[in-house]
Amino acid sequence: MSNLVAFPVLLSFGTGILLLFLHGRVSVQRIVAFLGSLGLLGVSITLTSTVWQHGIQVRTAGGWPVPFGITLAVDLFGGMMTILAAIILFTSLLFAYRDLDPAREKNFFYPVLFFMMAGINLSFVTGDLFNLFVAFEVMLISSYFLLTLGGSGGQLREGLKYLILNATASTVFLIAVALLYGVTSSLNMADVAAKAAQQPGNPYFTLIGILFMVVFASKGALFPLYWWLPRSYFFAPNGIAALFAAMLTKVGVYALVRVFTLIFVHDTSFTHNLLLWVAGLTMLLGVFGAIAQYDFKAILSYHIISQIGYMIMGLGLYTPLALAGTVFYIAHHIIVKSGLFLLAGVTQRITGHTDFKKYSGLLTGYPGLAFTFLATGISLAGVPPFSGFFSKFALLKAAVEKGAWGIATVSLVVSLFTLFSMIKIYRKAFWGKESGERTKRTGMDHAMALLPALILLALSVAMGIGARPMMEFALAASEQLMNPNIYIQAVMGR
Amino acid sequence: MELLTALVVGLLFAIGTYLLLTKNMIRVVLGNALISYGTNMMILTSGRLKTGRAPVLGGTDEIVALEGTGGLAVDGISYIDPIPQALILTAIVIGFAVTAFIFVLSYRTVQEYGTDNLDELRGWENE
Repeated sequence: MSNLVAFPVLLSFGTGILLLFLHGRVSVQRIVAFLGSLGLLGVSITLTSTVWQHGIQVRTAGGWPVPFGITLAVDLFGGMMTILAAIILFTSLLFAYRDLDPAREKNFFYPVLFFMMAGINLSFVTGDLFNLFVAFEVMLISSYFLLTLGGSGGQLREGLKYLILNATASTVFLIAVALLYGVTSSLNMADVAAKAAQQPGNPYFTLIGILFMVVFASKGALFPLYWWLPRSYFFAPNGIAALFAAMLTKVGVYALVRVFTLIFVHDTSFTHNLLLWVAGLTMLLGVFGAIAQYDFKAILSYHIISQIGYMIMGLGLYTPLALAGTVFYIAHHIIVKSGLFLLAGVTQRITGHTDFKKYSGLLTGYPGLAFTFLATGISLAGVPPFSGFFSKFALLKAAVEKGAWGIATVSLVVSLFTLFSMIKIYRKAFWGKESGERTKRTGMDHAMALLPALILLALSVAMGIGARPMMEFALAASEQLMNPNIYIQAVMGR
Repeated sequence: MELLTALVVGLLFAIGTYLLLTKNMIRVVLGNALISYGTNMMILTSGRLKTGRAPVLGGTDEIVALEGTGGLAVDGISYIDPIPQALILTAIVIGFAVTAFIFVLSYRTVQEYGTDNLDELRGWENE
């Protein structure tokens, strides 16, 4: 029992409320937001190291006995996600200070950002299915606000589609939770998992599992429910897009991993094979979508989809190494993808566009930007010594060990196309003759805008060089995920 | 009773799905609202519809969870399961907020584009 598990949520909410009262004083809001994000980072690192030393941390709200009260429970995977969320919040804030226009910044940007963080962190720490639904809603309603903030043409149009899709998916989520409650008369994840384990042949669980799969697939942009993602992220302001691209879909992936390693694990030949098919199709169609695009942000948006396929591939294979690969890959993807979106933002600051037809030859004037992009891009494609190589290697090794040659081939082909896309961006945007307009900015201003992307690149390199400790962490996390009994015992206390 | 609610839930879902798939914006919003009403009713049914005492307990009563029925028993009398009602309350509040937001967003979109036909809101170009 430790109050620490609630801190990532409470700190986000508290900072958000404080920021509401500071409305209109942007410079004070900036300082408070900065300190809040550092505080979140500190709290989530402390929490994860506590989990590392003492096992899964559990707290029941109001001291109710376990199946009745709302449980908060953090294992290594959840702890890692809170750390990543805090890192991305920090770098996105640094970029938003430079890039966000004053009108948006003034109008409740910072408070809502922290409310969204509260939702994100709550979905990582909660041990209760209905609470997970509430966390999703807190996150989503803030994300609707941030996505449509400013209301320039495309934002409203795509925001509406995003909203309608997510509202419908939330309804399905509620249906799935209600059905599960009808079958198990419990909402506590550990309790539900224990009851599911007692009746492994019950077909209801498979049915409800598929409903959950549909819900989290639409939130996490899996095949065939990914169509909303490229456009809605495309129109969002860059600092916000970097946060969304990194975290929001990954909350869906996290929830999918959570329920399909804890509750729905008794019919794996059906459910997890289905996930494997979905993973392969998501990868392929995402990367094909990216190839067809001719715009910096659009290519990156489609690549989010293809890479979510990799994460689900590890879940579909369902071996300890594959899940460790998933955990590692999620960490790698969040860091690198956010960095790439920030670099797209820096490019847009310089040229005013993200469309390759409107500019080229940035290498001449901005070599630092070009090389940062090159390094981050090949990290995404999976070239050593960056983090992408080791996470993909683990996934591939797991696939080969399990004899899943089909998905192994697909993942290799998709990696090749990813490299192709990154080279394409490099060739179109940075190589070639200088063309297009350049906004005049001071070198200092440019360096400050580039800084968050550099921090993320440094983290990617650190994860690549420190692949061994990172992999040990991922293996420990996957051991907890592969043995639902560890989680159940930690929560139920028996 | 369960059959009746099942039929009503099915009807609400059918109408809601039909409205969601039409091209008119206000119909889509209403379709979403109808589906969420259907869901609320379904949650109520998932806690089993039965009569009994309201779930208000005295200080000394001993609570026993009835396995597999989703109900509680105290001193041998069966109680209505309070959890689905608490869930619906939360779901209604959330649904209310989201619907309000959709209305505002739709209104702004119509103002911006001069149309409420979703077919005319397609395309990539960044205006």
